Amino acid sequence: MIDLKLPIDEKSIRKLKVGDEILLNGRLVTGRDTAHAWLVKEQPHLVRDFLKDTMIYHCGPVVKKKGNHWEFIAAGPTTSIREEPYQGTVIQEYGLRGVIGKGGMGPDTLKALAANGAVYLHAIGGLATLIAESVVKVHTVFKLEEFGVPEAMWVIDVRDFPAVVTMDSHGGSLHDKIFQHSDDIRKKLLHIDV
Amino acid sequence: MKLDFQDHAFRTAVLELIRRASTDLAPDVVRAIQTALENEDDGSAARGVLSAILKNIERAREKSTPICQDTGTNIYEVSLLPGVSMRRIEKLIREATREATEKVYLRPNAVDPVTGKNSGDNTGELAPYIHFVEWDVPAIGVKLLLKGGGCENVSTQYTLPDITLKAGRDLEGVYKTVVDAVVKAQGRGCAPGILGVGVGGDRSSGMMLAKKQLFRRLDDIHPDPELARLESRLLKDLNTLGIGPMGFGGKTTALAVKIGVAHRLPASYFVSVAYMCWADRKHSMRFSPDEVIYD
Repeated sequence: MIDLKLPIDEKSIRKLKVGDEILLNGRLVTGRDTAHAWLVKEQPHLVRDFLKDTMIYHCGPVVKKKGNHWEFIAAGPTTSIREEPYQGTVIQEYGLRGVIGKGGMGPDTLKALAANGAVYLHAIGGLATLIAESVVKVHTVFKLEEFGVPEAMWVIDVRDFPAVVTMDSHGGSLHDKIFQHSDDIRKKLLHIDV
Repeated sequence: MKLDFQDHAFRTAVLELIRRASTDLAPDVVRAIQTALENEDDGSAARGVLSAILKNIERAREKSTPICQDTGTNIYEVSLLPGVSMRRIEKLIREATREATEKVYLRPNAVDPVTGKNSGDNTGELAPYIHFVEWDVPAIGVKLLLKGGGCENVSTQYTLPDITLKAGRDLEGVYKTVVDAVVKAQGRGCAPGILGVGVGGDRSSGMMLAKKQLFRRLDDIHPDPELARLESRLLKDLNTLGIGPMGFGGKTTALAVKIGVAHRLPASYFVSVAYMCWADRKHSMRFSPDEVIYD
């Protein structure tokens, strides 16, 4: 297990390799479909400082308001590939050091990870209660009214959030490997000539 | 036969059904995940994922919080005696849904596709989705499935014959489409998945049939021996693909395959594949004025 403190510098990120198991600690920001479109189209300034050198978490949480502050109740990852059209631009434009989600991402993101020094971390889909327990503080939220709870950008502090590096900053991707392997077996099972 | 019941009693029972569906898994699903874990190698990523999943299930149950934050499309199948008003039942389910959202058993999950606005309470056009059937039992039977978007997005439909798969219009062709669908899904449907398969029908009835299979117990055996054989052959072969939990690799890619069939048009042969994530939130209850029995 590698303890990763956020925000983080490029050098530390470059050391990470596919297969490394991570415990995340520190600040990250949630963002999914609407947020990514917004970050690319409108290039808002208000979130820049929060994103620099940290990571975006593909997550639409279940939250509860207690008095003046918010609490995360359920917060597993959502499918990342939907952000593929935006992710490379967002990594570069906002200086992200990583993306956390599930299912992996495509070639454009893999290129952006290598070019900018960032990683893709895979969280466990459906691990909503455990990951919510790792959210120790909700700092602030952007676009809550306009985007709704799942799509808003929540700035949070996490403690020991578990994830695995499945795409690194050197062009490595576990997803490509698993796909190739399973597709070869598929061809055998279906008697399709390779 | 007649059924007299109070609105609030039924609404409260549905609210409890939603709470159970969101925060707990049925025993057959938990057992299947436990068996899968025992089957994976010590120290493997697959074993790590499955043990985290089991821990999450336990914590969600203890704290009564959602197992997964995507509390999904809420799909109901309601069985009624002749004469019980469907409109009344629908209204009460919608009210229970709003209350469940306030109590954060459900995430606000109903978005208007034109305005992009989230209704905020999980109700809207066809939300929740309710299918009614009639029965002869003096009670109201309610089945509920919470089906998340990740696994819904990898659900798919094939038209046979399919030349690229060399799949013809027979059960061998059905076999090939299901293998193909699971390889295309990789870990994105939150593997290990449960595959509901609808063979035949039209595009909508076929997919509905596929989803109905997801209400079956994972350890049941299809009454038709030929389909029972196909289900177990598919399960065995899917678990040789090496996709594994979350697509990290491993021996467990699927937990169950459940197949239903419907008559088709001579011109059409659809295979509908409804992929359900490991967080297989299917629950049911039988409501009568004196007691409510949950599965």
